[in-house]
Amino acid sequence: MAKTTATPNRLLGWLPEESRLTLLYFCLIIVIIVGGWEGLKWLGQETNYSLNLGPVQIGLSKTRDLTMPHIRDIIGALGEPAQRNGPPLIQQLTEAALFTFREAFLGFTIGTTLGLLLAIIFAHSRLLQRGLLPYVVASQTIPILALAPMVIIWSDKLGARAMGVPIIAAYLAFFPVVIYALRGLSDVPDTALELMQSYAASRWTILWKLRMQNAVPYIFTALKITAPASVVGAVIGELPSGIQDGLGGQIINFSQYYVSGPPRLWATNLITALLGIGFFVAVAVAERFVVRWKYADTIFNRIFVDPVINLFVGIPPLFTSRSTDKKKK
Amino acid sequence: MTTVISIENLDKIFESRDGNTVHALKDINLEVEQGEFVSLIGPSGCGKSTLLRLIADLIEPTSGHLMINGLSPRQARLHRQYGFIFQNATLYEWRTVIKNVQLPLEVMNYSRRERDERARQMLELVELSDFANHYPWQLSGGMQQRVSIARALAFEPNLLLMDEPFGALDEMTRERLNNELLAIWRTISSMTVVFVTHNISEAVYLSSRVVVMSPRPGQIVDIVDIDLPRPRTPETMDSDHYFHLISQVRHLLREAH
Repeated sequence: MAKTTATPNRLLGWLPEESRLTLLYFCLIIVIIVGGWEGLKWLGQETNYSLNLGPVQIGLSKTRDLTMPHIRDIIGALGEPAQRNGPPLIQQLTEAALFTFREAFLGFTIGTTLGLLLAIIFAHSRLLQRGLLPYVVASQTIPILALAPMVIIWSDKLGARAMGVPIIAAYLAFFPVVIYALRGLSDVPDTALELMQSYAASRWTILWKLRMQNAVPYIFTALKITAPASVVGAVIGELPSGIQDGLGGQIINFSQYYVSGPPRLWATNLITALLGIGFFVAVAVAERFVVRWKYADTIFNRIFVDPVINLFVGIPPLFTSRSTDKKKK
Repeated sequence: MTTVISIENLDKIFESRDGNTVHALKDINLEVEQGEFVSLIGPSGCGKSTLLRLIADLIEPTSGHLMINGLSPRQARLHRQYGFIFQNATLYEWRTVIKNVQLPLEVMNYSRRERDERARQMLELVELSDFANHYPWQLSGGMQQRVSIARALAFEPNLLLMDEPFGALDEMTRERLNNELLAIWRTISSMTVVFVTHNISEAVYLSSRVVVMSPRPGQIVDIVDIDLPRPRTPETMDSDHYFHLISQVRHLLREAH
């Protein structure tokens, strides 16, 4: 049963009321951020970069164009070429983003696979879990910035130069998968397990038909953390490796020439963020197709509506979508 | 008559980690013949569920003998001799209704055609054909339990072990499912049912025999033959003999306490 609103919005009428509301909040927050940013800059300019409040003086020098470029300049920089006779910055950054995405996706895939394998091993052997899990946790306490140069050098020496960056991305990606998948594999109701025992099911069958299925929603939660993290991993991996083709190379480049064009670095960061967000949304859409049983809704909702909610609210609207869809007769 | 379950001097003692022991079952002797409907009744803690789980080889006895169709419980389980029904329906939420019914058939490597065919038959039997492609959360508790009955019957075990299957349902739904269960039991000749409950009228209405148990340690107090005529219908519940049997079971339970 779809709720009918009194005055359907003509532009966004196709969206459920709830999604329209989240969209509204999203836009509102953009307005607040942009307004706050530009408002602060305006205040700085008006007060000659020092706000005099009687006994207190607040320095506003950070609001100068060098540290806080105008939003319109950041957006505008995307349309202009970064080098003379070069392509517009947006094209250059899109190519770099695709390059970085390939590395990130490879790392994401390796990390997920490795994480799943470890979780399966841990779920079946308490001994191995106790022995190895502390090291898995310890691995995440080493700053990735300290590790990245070593990984790059090692993979170079081993003749697998192209694998250096994906390995760093995988290093960030595998950890949430281990933790969440392990929980999903072990958090099986006793009776669900006894049911399998009553069928004299093999360990393999129990793993495949019960534990893995039970873990799927947990794994997707991990993947939503992992997707943006693998982009960060790839960018950080590019920094010490001297790879020029990705977003990491662009960031280094534009920070070296920051003084001559601050908006370019900001624009690069914007594109990097969009890449991470895009990857997250892709995972969220995939989740709606795989974890079908929780929603039982239309393909349209799966592709368009729920990722919107997913992205803006951060969690799948588990219960709300249930109540709005067809219920038992 | 062939004996389906034979239990001799069965004891079960649970040992907790801190060294405490609970004597759950003591000196249980019971024979169940093929085609019987036997209920185990008693207050909570009397070990009736424990006894059912021992038969199902979900736990192991401390001492005594237990045979199912002439096999050890382990062998009987490995040969898929029984279907087990839990108090909560224990449907897999990621499977549609029909896929849930097909689960044992998948585990037991039935062909795809046979899986489809049998699952459809079973859903017809529990009158849920229209809900084949629904997910469990879309069904009521009573409907979910009917799916779990269909699932247990899908591979045609000749022994059905039911652990308070209708305990969580309201009285009206419970009565309806009792009648449906009796209808199914009539259809599948030679099927034996062991039914755990703490509901006296339910036990009397369904069973050929009611096994009355006492708590700590769980022991069989008495076995009451239910000689009400079959088929049992809602009219059965109005007969004097039905009331008489109910008070007989109630008195036994009270004495045992």
